[in-house]
Amino acid sequence: MWIAVLTITVIALLAGLALSFASRKLPADAGELVEQVNNLLPQTQCAQCGYPGCRPYAQAIVDGDAAINLCPPGGDDTVRRLAAKLGRNVLPLAEPYSLARAVAVIDESLCIGCTHCRSACPVDAIVGAHQLMHTIIETECTGCELCIAPCPVDCISMRILA
Amino acid sequence: MSAPTYDLGKLHGGLRLPGNKENSTAAAIQQVPVPAHLILPITQHVGDAAEPIVGIGERVLKGQLIAEPYGSLGAPVHASSSGKIVAIEPWPVSRRHGDTAPCIVIECDGEDRAVEVAEILPAFETLPADFLLSRILQGGIVGLGGAVFPTAQKLMQATTCKLEYLILNGVECEPYISCDDMLMREYAEKVVGGARILLHALEVGSCYIVVESDKPEAIRRLGEVLGDLNDDRFVLKQVPTIYPSGGEDQLVQLVTNLEVPTGGLPTDVGCVVQNVGTAAAINDWIIDNKPLLSRITTVTGDGVAQPMNVEARIGTTVADIVNFVGGYTDRAEQLIIGGPMTGKSVTTDRVPLVKATNCILVLSEAPAGGTERPCIRCGDCAAVCPVQLLPQQLFWYACADDEAKMRSYGLLDCIECGCCDLVCPSHIPLTADFRTARARMQEQADEKARAERARQRFEARNERLRQEQQIRDEELAKQKESARKAGPDAIAEILMRRQDPPDEDR
Repeated sequence: MWIAVLTITVIALLAGLALSFASRKLPADAGELVEQVNNLLPQTQCAQCGYPGCRPYAQAIVDGDAAINLCPPGGDDTVRRLAAKLGRNVLPLAEPYSLARAVAVIDESLCIGCTHCRSACPVDAIVGAHQLMHTIIETECTGCELCIAPCPVDCISMRILA
Repeated sequence: MSAPTYDLGKLHGGLRLPGNKENSTAAAIQQVPVPAHLILPITQHVGDAAEPIVGIGERVLKGQLIAEPYGSLGAPVHASSSGKIVAIEPWPVSRRHGDTAPCIVIECDGEDRAVEVAEILPAFETLPADFLLSRILQGGIVGLGGAVFPTAQKLMQATTCKLEYLILNGVECEPYISCDDMLMREYAEKVVGGARILLHALEVGSCYIVVESDKPEAIRRLGEVLGDLNDDRFVLKQVPTIYPSGGEDQLVQLVTNLEVPTGGLPTDVGCVVQNVGTAAAINDWIIDNKPLLSRITTVTGDGVAQPMNVEARIGTTVADIVNFVGGYTDRAEQLIIGGPMTGKSVTTDRVPLVKATNCILVLSEAPAGGTERPCIRCGDCAAVCPVQLLPQQLFWYACADDEAKMRSYGLLDCIECGCCDLVCPSHIPLTADFRTARARMQEQADEKARAERARQRFEARNERLRQEQQIRDEELAKQKESARKAGPDAIAEILMRRQDPPDEDR
């Protein structure tokens, strides 16, 4: 019997050493987890979660500072995927949000060329020079609405794509 | 009762369906006159929409180029008759996705004047292969079997592979449709002529012309033409009448006993497949300098007065064509563009005939469906599936929206033939469910691609802002440094200047 006890003890000891070695030498890569969480987010960069973009929000989620239901454009699907990835509970969205894909449109007859919207756009989807009309590159626009507030002449509106 | 299956030795599954083709093959092909208006969609092919190069009010001649291919995959659009461009606007079309497409509307002047032929080509045998391929691209020729893949691009891709056979598809296995049958009966020499051009352009040594056994007249005519030609590169092959043996991959398997790999093309097994109609169109363009301006289409079903095959100009509306064959009968209920299995039901006959339209089917009543009931897992659908999928499993995962499982069960290999729908004792619309699931998968993939792009742009912008900030900081540090070097007197002078700016600055 003692041989059996000894054998098991030795095996357990070796396994324990191997595990502790692995956990020290191969640390869980938090950066990689942030990257994975970031990949689940819709990348609208709209800052509606309260963080300045999707990546900072991903960082905050991984650090445990932010809840997973703060991303309105991602919708319930994103919350579900995040919950599955991180082993947290599924929560209802903090704010309801229409999921129809929309893009910003500049009314070009009103635009005064102030460049305020251009600097607000998180994905550089607005082109235009100072004092010249601006326009939005529709294929690059994420519909984050960040350009609407800075416009001094209110010439930007959202158009829902069919 | 289990599903009826037929041992073909080479092709799995499939169904023997009632042909319903006799009504439309009794009379010869009739020519539909030039209509008052032609509606020409710029999206008549797979790939990128063509770019209109004409303006509203411009006069165009028959055969004139009105939209150029744009992007890497596409085909040009030609005016099918002479007249004036009156609009370029969205118009209802019969596409699987979306109900309208941008169309160029021509008000015909009825004169049907053609553009002058720029150059008469020498005999095609003397022309180099790549010249022929680019010439085919200019003719606006796309696969006329229904898939409308731009022919030139398909051939160009094929020339990069090791090829053994050219297969001309004259199978036309779907019920009701008989336009290829009539084409082979009346224009067999054009089909063979197109095949000779293709053999030359592809530098391939043998060609199978494959026809289903329910078209004896077409086989006889083709046999006569081939007999006169006496070219040993051609083999006329008859295959049993089984739906869907006319699918590209199915046909390759049936003829050569080689299976096209998942996600692959027939060129992977050394074959290139062309529809007989496409071959005839290539013949018209290369030999007679006529671009693809019209096609033969079957107008049939018990909802039209005189079912027949007609040759109509691309852009003629379905209403004009149905009027030409004597109008609708009192029983007409449902209008389908394409065949009963793979066609699309439309709600208006304002839709134009496009390059893909091989059939206009008007039925008296919607095909008997019955109410949908739960799947009893009988496996009939798996028995008939020509691609050897397991539709019952796919249905299961489609309900659960499990994308990974659907992929691993081969949803992307589904050819949407509709066989499983037809045999399902629970009347589950399987094909429609698969189509929706596929569209959803595509949508999610698009979304992912968009998100990835946005992420890259966001990171690029942050990097740019960081660099700009860095440059500013360095500049500021440099200024501070130079001010410090100049000594306290200079700093005092600068501060003074700021407090007391000169008059002209005010």
